[in-house]
Amino acid sequence: MFDLDLWREIFQSINKNRTRSLLSGFTVAFAILLFAILFGIANGLKNTFKEAFGDDATNVIFINSGTTTRANKGLQAGRKIQFKNEDFDFIKDEFGEKVEFITGRIYRNVNASYRSEKNSYSVRAVHPDHQFLEKTKIKEGRYINQNDLNNLTKVVIIGRLVEEDLFSKTTAMGKYINLSGIPYKVVGVFTDDGGDNEERLIYMPISTAQQVYGNNDYIDQINLSYNPELNYDQALAFGNDLTRELKKRFSVATSDQRAIRIFNLAESSKRVDMMTFSLTVIILVIGFGTLVAGVVGISNIMIFIVKERTKEIGIRKALGASPRSIVSIILIESILITAIAGYVGLLVGIGVLELAGPSLEAYFIKDPGVSNSLVFGATITLIIAGGIAGYVPAKKASQIKPIVALRND
Amino acid sequence: MLQIHELHKSYPIGDSSLHVLKGIDLSVEEGEMVAIMGSSGSGKSTLLNIIGMLDEADSGDYILDGLTIKDLTEKKAAVYRNKFLGFIFQSFNLINYKTALENVALPLYYQGMKRKERLELALFHLEKVGLAEWSHHLPKELSGGQKQRVAIARALAANPKLLLADEPTGALDTKTSHEIMAFIQQLNDEGKTILMVTHEEDIANMCKRIIRLRDGVIMEDTKVNQVRAEQYV
Repeated sequence: MFDLDLWREIFQSINKNRTRSLLSGFTVAFAILLFAILFGIANGLKNTFKEAFGDDATNVIFINSGTTTRANKGLQAGRKIQFKNEDFDFIKDEFGEKVEFITGRIYRNVNASYRSEKNSYSVRAVHPDHQFLEKTKIKEGRYINQNDLNNLTKVVIIGRLVEEDLFSKTTAMGKYINLSGIPYKVVGVFTDDGGDNEERLIYMPISTAQQVYGNNDYIDQINLSYNPELNYDQALAFGNDLTRELKKRFSVATSDQRAIRIFNLAESSKRVDMMTFSLTVIILVIGFGTLVAGVVGISNIMIFIVKERTKEIGIRKALGASPRSIVSIILIESILITAIAGYVGLLVGIGVLELAGPSLEAYFIKDPGVSNSLVFGATITLIIAGGIAGYVPAKKASQIKPIVALRND
Repeated sequence: MLQIHELHKSYPIGDSSLHVLKGIDLSVEEGEMVAIMGSSGSGKSTLLNIIGMLDEADSGDYILDGLTIKDLTEKKAAVYRNKFLGFIFQSFNLINYKTALENVALPLYYQGMKRKERLELALFHLEKVGLAEWSHHLPKELSGGQKQRVAIARALAANPKLLLADEPTGALDTKTSHEIMAFIQQLNDEGKTILMVTHEEDIANMCKRIIRLRDGVIMEDTKVNQVRAEQYV
């Protein structure tokens, strides 16, 4: 397969006809350049969308409670609905298979202090699953676990900025932090991509908060993520089921919109996904179109090259070149020009994206870039494209009759 | 060495066809030097092309060195051409972006010889035609006579049994023509069988046998007293 002499022949031919090779490569380089830039911009738009929907999981359903607006089943309007542990367990039992992660939330504001440093923070008392719903990243230590829930341990996981505020240069791990008069042990420090506010939070076990703040089993909010295998329609149906069941459980009228509010991210993420999908399709169609144009260009020039080299090919055949060796020369030359030119186009495209990327953020294009898998895919595509571009000319060349080629003009 | 019997060839021209070779019988022994003569359209080039396996006869037998040449695939024809035949053309037909040395080495490349070996052998043949010091020049830097000598070196490189020359002096002036002919005679003296198409009487007389074609048949086939080309050089 790897025939050094064959490559020498090809490089000699490319080298002796530099302008011609450059020109034929130019179309492909330009096509790939355009493609890379378009693709990068599309990626940037997608990143912007993704960011707009935050750092959280996209298959999330939030369940909040409020007060009833209608009388129902002999109960008056204006009744306050309060979730408790049993409601949390009810959802888990009733919809176990469709639920991926589930957590309750209790919100409190506390004044936190460590030694002389003081500040006020929001506390979220949660279940262990909360980590995955919020995509909290543990920087040090650990997150809340089942053991904490069972033993009502007084531990907290604090945000990176909380640690920075209260502990300045020293580490918070293992220290005791005072939250509105009660000491809690810091067992973890987390980071979060959601921005500074998300890193100025304190997490504690939900059972601990229930005991400390009221000695009850109340839950302010229930967040859950549905099984990712559910498609959009199933996810929407699941959300509706959930609403209906909870309304029944709390004897809320089905038309009551305030008492139990469910916010299902599936609805909006479907729209975003449709948008990015159609964007990808458009980019791929444009990219494919430019690539086809490039291939046709190369093919044309290769046909011209074969015409120009008719005599040479005739001489080679008279001297004993097999049809196959003629095909190899033309085909490999075409593949080589296509691949090299394509790669140059790709590199320039990536370079342009790198340079222009930061200034494009104002136009909703964030981190435009081309993934490794695309580069790999493009390589394969280029080699195939070069093969296709070279096939017809190579076939033509191999069919040249030496007696026709050598006829004296 | 070479036997041809009842060879026919016609070319389609529009609806009709042109019968170019109308039953050629020819036999050439090893060591002969044959000139094929005839006016244009007599079929002499077609005959040479068929002998050179660049073209195929419609009917008839062609036996080269005991091997029947018939219904060759392109691949096989390429191998036979490479092994048995050396071509010398009127317009030299050197590859213009390759040096003299690389041109001479090309048939050896298609034989699958290693690069170092074939360049050595090519240099040996270039030396034989007296162009060793021109080995790294491109064809455009050589004179007509030098180009034809490179072409001869290339034809000899693969050590063919039969040397086919199509008007080898057609593009050269008289003096250079005689130089080239002297060289070809020398090759014949060394035992190479040579077949040459020409329309110049004095060039034909430098061969040992003249075959005259007219309208696709052999009119005359005579042995002649060879005129040595050295005396004019």
